[in-house]
Amino acid sequence: MATSPFAFPRFRIIFLISWLLVMADNVFLLLWSGWSWTLAITDSLVNNLLLFGVCLMLITIMRFYLPNREKYYHLVVWCALLSTIVVLLTRVILKNIFIQDDDYIKFLDQSMLIRGSFNFLMLGCIILISVIWYNLQEQKEQEQRKQDAEKLAKDAELFKLRQQLQPHFLFNSLNSINALIGTRPEEARKMVQQLSDFLRATIRKEEHQWITLQEELQNLQLYLDIEKVRFGHRLSTNIVVDESIKNLKLPSLLLQPIVENAIKFGLYDTTGETNIQISAEQEENNLLIKVINPFDPETSSPQYGTGFGLQSIQRRLYLLFARNDLLITDAKNNIFTTTVRIPQLTDKYFKPVS
Amino acid sequence: MKVIIIDDEPLARSIVAEYLQYHPDLVLAQVCGDGFEGVKAIQQYKPDLIFLDVQMPKINGFEMLELIDNPPDVIFTTAFDEYAIKAFETHAIDYLLKPFSLDRFDKAIQKWKEKKNLPASKTTQHFLDEADLSPAQSQRIVIKDGGKIKIIPVHDIFYLEAADDFVKVFTKEGYFLKNKTMSHFEQVLDGSQFVRSHRSYIINISQITRIDPYEKDNHIAILKSGAKVPVSRSGYPKLRTVLGL
Repeated sequence: MATSPFAFPRFRIIFLISWLLVMADNVFLLLWSGWSWTLAITDSLVNNLLLFGVCLMLITIMRFYLPNREKYYHLVVWCALLSTIVVLLTRVILKNIFIQDDDYIKFLDQSMLIRGSFNFLMLGCIILISVIWYNLQEQKEQEQRKQDAEKLAKDAELFKLRQQLQPHFLFNSLNSINALIGTRPEEARKMVQQLSDFLRATIRKEEHQWITLQEELQNLQLYLDIEKVRFGHRLSTNIVVDESIKNLKLPSLLLQPIVENAIKFGLYDTTGETNIQISAEQEENNLLIKVINPFDPETSSPQYGTGFGLQSIQRRLYLLFARNDLLITDAKNNIFTTTVRIPQLTDKYFKPVS
Repeated sequence: MKVIIIDDEPLARSIVAEYLQYHPDLVLAQVCGDGFEGVKAIQQYKPDLIFLDVQMPKINGFEMLELIDNPPDVIFTTAFDEYAIKAFETHAIDYLLKPFSLDRFDKAIQKWKEKKNLPASKTTQHFLDEADLSPAQSQRIVIKDGGKIKIIPVHDIFYLEAADDFVKVFTKEGYFLKNKTMSHFEQVLDGSQFVRSHRSYIINISQITRIDPYEKDNHIAILKSGAKVPVSRSGYPKLRTVLGL
């Protein structure tokens, strides 16, 4: 349902002022033609209050019923009909009030056409404004609906993506812990700790929250340490981040899936030793993060889309910054590079789009 | 009796090895870190039983089994794989969900020994033929080409042709033989991409350049590679529907 324009106080004031002006104009015209004050004011009140009532009715009706584009001629018919009714009613009422004033009644009859035309113009304006207003409202609503739908789809997508990875990761980690308990209980204890910290951080994170690079790197370290226990010497990591930029911020749950992706294709799907490199630097007003992983072109083909299911990250970046150029991937000589730029917004805008 | 463990995680291998110590009649012949090593070790040692992880690099556990003639008995070990679990449940082979206890492990061994003594026991080959493991693995086809293992992404396939008990998989490198049926491929390949145009042919529609009439009611599809693939009277409407004509 479209919002009525009267829901906005500013519109109400403008509407009332306009109406007072129209009434004043009516009074002035009659005075100027030589009629008395009483007569001029009464005439104006009757005429314009009736018109006012009809306008209110029109605006309200059109809130519920807006004709199709092909049926806009209906509005012209309404307009003509209503202006005729208003002018006839005005005539009946004024004739009854000033029943003895023959001159005025004569003037009234003569001015019927002018009054009718004026009413038609006024109502026409109101209808035009209403049509534009309600169409805009509808558009806005549609836009909102689309946004909501997109957000829902995105959330679902992200949830699905995480669901695919998490159970595997969780159960395999538990299996590793189970193996460690028998042979190296100290390490088992450490891994339980790491796994708990990692899961807690993942659960706590919310989509629209921004966190510092420092925090994100800590979580990543936990995740990578667990993977190192699972895969032993096969996995090595290099994290190169200058101390000075650790306070830069990024949306939560953004880097994590990129690194998970790197692990998925770089570690889960290759047989040799794997080195994952993560580096971050400041580039003008952006935080630039690079994740480099090897991949096997024989079993995984990065030629589709942005490669390797990073579409949801791309989508998310678009929803956050309305830009499609923030995620860049590159596959060369069995090396896959994911580069993500995160604009560092100024304080005023330092708030993710919700 | 000889046993082989195939798993890509060292600790996952070590827990199976540890549990195996309680079964002195089972000798651990080899541990393998991926499917390729697994194929080699199975050919070399001819084990009686293997413990096989499903999710492994490059080729998964099922794909590895497909590469072996007369595969040994298998106890699957897996963390979480909904398709696979469905397949396990409907078939008579045991599986261990990680992490599993020594008790559960002993039971699996017990079950295997009992089954082994029954003459009519289902073989691993049976399991592979019957289990519908398709959704998880229809992205590629794994083929043994001489001594080498060839992994073909499905979008690289031009077309498939039936050849007795085998199917010829045509790619830009020529064709490879896979010991599966046409109906198996019709099932596992994406129906919006692959169409059975003829009793003996399945076409990758993205490879088609044109379709010409050919003799009476038949047609012939010309592929980008220049290959001509027959389209039967009943295959033609199917092809048209998928192509949106």
